[in-house]
Amino acid sequence: MRPAWSVLFFTTLAGAGQGLFLALVAGDFVFGLPTPWLLAGAGACLALTFAGLVSSTFHLGHPERGWRAAARWRTSWLSREVIVLPVFLACVFFWALGLWLGWPERLVTGLALLGALLALLLYVCTAMIYACLPFLQEWRTPLTVCNYTALGLTTGTYAAALLAALGHPPMATGYASAALVVGTLAYLGRLASLLRNARLRPKSTLATAIGVKHPKIVQIAQGSMGGSFNTREFFHGRPREVVRAYRLALLWLLQPVPALLLLVGGASAGVLVAALLLHYAGLLAERWYFFAEARHPQNVYYQAIA
Amino acid sequence: MSKQLALVIDLNVCVGCHACVTSCKEWNTSGEAGFLSDDNPYGRDPTGTFFNRVQTFEVGEFPDTETVHFPKSCLHCEDPPCVPVCPTGASYKRAEDGIVLVDYDKCIGCKYCSWACPYGARELDEHQKVMKKCTLCVDRITDTSLAERDRKPACVLACPTSARLFGDIHDPASEVSVAIRENGGYPLMPEWGTHPANHYLPRRKTRRPLHADELVRHDNPLKVDGKLPRPATSEPSLDDVTSW
Repeated sequence: MRPAWSVLFFTTLAGAGQGLFLALVAGDFVFGLPTPWLLAGAGACLALTFAGLVSSTFHLGHPERGWRAAARWRTSWLSREVIVLPVFLACVFFWALGLWLGWPERLVTGLALLGALLALLLYVCTAMIYACLPFLQEWRTPLTVCNYTALGLTTGTYAAALLAALGHPPMATGYASAALVVGTLAYLGRLASLLRNARLRPKSTLATAIGVKHPKIVQIAQGSMGGSFNTREFFHGRPREVVRAYRLALLWLLQPVPALLLLVGGASAGVLVAALLLHYAGLLAERWYFFAEARHPQNVYYQAIA
Repeated sequence: MSKQLALVIDLNVCVGCHACVTSCKEWNTSGEAGFLSDDNPYGRDPTGTFFNRVQTFEVGEFPDTETVHFPKSCLHCEDPPCVPVCPTGASYKRAEDGIVLVDYDKCIGCKYCSWACPYGARELDEHQKVMKKCTLCVDRITDTSLAERDRKPACVLACPTSARLFGDIHDPASEVSVAIRENGGYPLMPEWGTHPANHYLPRRKTRRPLHADELVRHDNPLKVDGKLPRPATSEPSLDDVTSW
């Protein structure tokens, strides 16, 4: 598949926003955090998720009709995502408003729990958009849902650690340690899916695609001379070296380098900025590779232009 | 049982002339649903939106090769994976005749349905930014102002070798059902459980098996080939007239 940057930014930024909210709520439940810092965190969370939402509209041919996408929530994970995302944003907003205006304790806690639930649900919706397609074998695994959730949590925890280092230093080490643990688990999950996908064998071949039982079939013409939507949308079209570079970035920047940086440099603001940026670069590479490595069965019909 | 309109494409007679492609494009770019856009149609790297394409494959290795021309369009699956994933309901399967259609006014151009189609049957129109696909010429086959014999998809009417049949595959007596049943019609990529309505008829060879005993005359008890001796003039002839 061709990785679309709008989708890469959407899934990573919104995922980070959800993760940050979960980190804030978890930290507040366990340690009780100061309200001004939580408000700043909520602002960052809203900004990240909203930026993701804006980025996602660039993927649409008709963003002005985007509201229609809430119609088919009974069958479509994309539709469910379109519904859950604004509800999550609203929940975070009212949680922050409640904190700021000093709403009753029980109401604010309820909003925090609801928001946490929605954040997790949103991870599931986003991941299931990909995991529910039966013939994209690389995506069709529970690991897809695990990875979207765990990686989003990791980015959010790194962001929370940075915010803590800037505004509430006592929590910086705690959040940084959490980022080390969550990030390492997420990294292991991603390695597991890489290993799984390396061993996949495509179910569809040219023999089943055109229904001719022969092991040797070669495409001579694909019905167009200059390519088509099918040759643009389903192939990443980048040389092998580029794919390998993205893979290396995934393998090193996603967790090992930021983790090493934290372990060596400690949880200071400067180190955390670098760690977050490196991790985010690795995450973008991870998402790029996630799309690029998925081999769509329609590609067997588009192997030669003549 | 409800109707399921479909095409049956006979790979045995398709000659790869692309008449179905051009007539499809002509009909569907001139309809009320709007044009099918093209870029650089006469320049370098021409590209555009098509509902139907003819691909060509070479099967086997020289000298035992065979060229297969393979027309490819939406298969109007009985269990279409592209329909449930559509977030807006723009992609739908008509209950009355089983045609899978896109409502261009509801489509937001998210391309998700094209990801959900294993056949690559859907193409995004790069200028109108909506998803397009074969409609089985729904505006033509339902147009009662046309003569009965013209109410068929443009590709079917254009095919010079009648490689394309059109009809209701749920009706066991229809031309398409008979063709599928009697000529080994098969669906594409059955491994995904999409149950395509369109079927393809395989290449078929007419062979006359010759056995060794067929090369020798049966009615030759003396095993002698050549002229039989002349009968005597006194012998009765076959017709009792031409005796000589």
